[in-house]
Amino acid sequence: MLEVSGLTTRYGAISAIRRVSLFVAAGEAVGLIGPNGAGKTTLLNSVAGLLRPAEGAVRLDGRPVTGAPPDRMLRAGLALVPERRRLFAQMSVAENLRIGAVTVAAERRAGRLEEMADLFPVLKEKWDNPAGYLSGGEAQQLAIARALMCDPRVLLMDEPSLGLAPRLVDLVFDLVAKLRAEGRTMLIVEQNATRLLAATDRAYVLRTGEIAAEGEASALLGRDDLFDTFVGPSGDRSTSKR
Amino acid sequence: MIDLLQSLIDGLGRGSVYALLALGIALIFGVMHMVNFAHGELITVGAYIAFGATVTGQWGWWAAAPLIFGGAIATSAAIELVAFRWVRGASDFTMLMTSFAMHFVVQAVFLMFLGAGVRSFPRPEWADYVWGVGGLNIQVIDIAVIGATAAALAVTVYLLQRTMFGLSLRAAAEDFDAARLMGVRSNRVIRRAFVLAGALAGVAAVFFLMRTGQARPATGLSPLLKGVLAAIIGGLGNMSGAVYGGFLLGVSEVLLRSWLPDNLAGVTDGVVFALIALFFIFRPQGLMAVESAERV
Repeated sequence: MLEVSGLTTRYGAISAIRRVSLFVAAGEAVGLIGPNGAGKTTLLNSVAGLLRPAEGAVRLDGRPVTGAPPDRMLRAGLALVPERRRLFAQMSVAENLRIGAVTVAAERRAGRLEEMADLFPVLKEKWDNPAGYLSGGEAQQLAIARALMCDPRVLLMDEPSLGLAPRLVDLVFDLVAKLRAEGRTMLIVEQNATRLLAATDRAYVLRTGEIAAEGEASALLGRDDLFDTFVGPSGDRSTSKR
Repeated sequence: MIDLLQSLIDGLGRGSVYALLALGIALIFGVMHMVNFAHGELITVGAYIAFGATVTGQWGWWAAAPLIFGGAIATSAAIELVAFRWVRGASDFTMLMTSFAMHFVVQAVFLMFLGAGVRSFPRPEWADYVWGVGGLNIQVIDIAVIGATAAALAVTVYLLQRTMFGLSLRAAAEDFDAARLMGVRSNRVIRRAFVLAGALAGVAAVFFLMRTGQARPATGLSPLLKGVLAAIIGGLGNMSGAVYGGFLLGVSEVLLRSWLPDNLAGVTDGVVFALIALFFIFRPQGLMAVESAERV
């Protein structure tokens, strides 16, 4: 479904990611782990159209979409939940959701809003509140709901548990499990490697901008060498579901 | 009390033009993070359109007003297309210099082709009518400009709050990249912001020119400066703040003019600027700072 081949993205003369190749099959949840600065966010932003890759290709359902701007990627069926959520703090919860439906046909928007209200009841209670005043967990739910408004075929998530209290991390991973059970195709970047590997089918390990390892998530979980050498202390392996 | 009320009405009439210009400047600042110093040229273009329509064409203001309005929109959209689209993503300084360049280019074009002289055109007769109401002398043009401004602001609020364009524009003003991730098209939202800012400037231009009845290459400079000041007073980037800033500036000017001795009336602008400088010492963020809060 999503195929990335030989992707290189540079900031000036520095390559943040080099010749990265990966794929995500339909209905699959794939993880992307690695230490800080490995290029995980750059990779997601390059796939989602926020950054223009210098080399390589991105294909969605076999069609080339390399370097397409985010609105075209959304119309093609790919949405990104950005790092640190990037909610519109001064806009209400409902408005944040409505803006997530810019690419949706006008007659379908109300239906999508109702679906999100059912899927995220906590948001319905705070419909008219400014998004800037939501708690961390509520804000993350809103960020995911906002990305789901356009009913993407592929959902990219960048550090969904970043900065959240352990109880709220559980909430986020429960949500990931729910989306996985629905068959939603996902590519998730996460510092919390253990939790991510437990929540995904397969995973890639990114180190200094290159894919260092890949495989079934369950197999990667048992590889101590990966955690020690590649993921490092920031991989936070010790975190487990409470 | 009557004097104060009189000054308030006069100030609201004057401040309406500033508020409309300031709102346009705030809209552009929101999506481009740039103070658009070419915004005053929309009034300059309108002034020459008014001259062409009423003097050369011998048409009345019924024809001149929509032409000024349309001219401001077209000029604003053209400035975005010709100049700002090419420097988008450049440094703030580059964009600021581009806006200055457009300001001078438009002035130079009028200077080259039409000369530096002042061209006067007839003002509408009703602009000078005065209604006496309970001791107040209310200029009809004040009522007209306040009413038109209220209508323009109501339409703008509707657009910003109730339409997908408005949501997109507000989202882009808050976080442009996040708005793009939601599918907001950069070119479209910025172009529409310039069109809306042009429409607001068009309304301001019609009433400003009805009062002055003059066209010259620097016609737009003074209202531009007032509009920029009003936007800064309101808290740059804050749309409602810009409107309040415009009205506050207009009322302050009129009050000062009525309070200052006659021999100091010429320095009203200087006193206003000094007071604004004082205001910024105590509230550098303006009346209504752009707020952002996010919990983790």
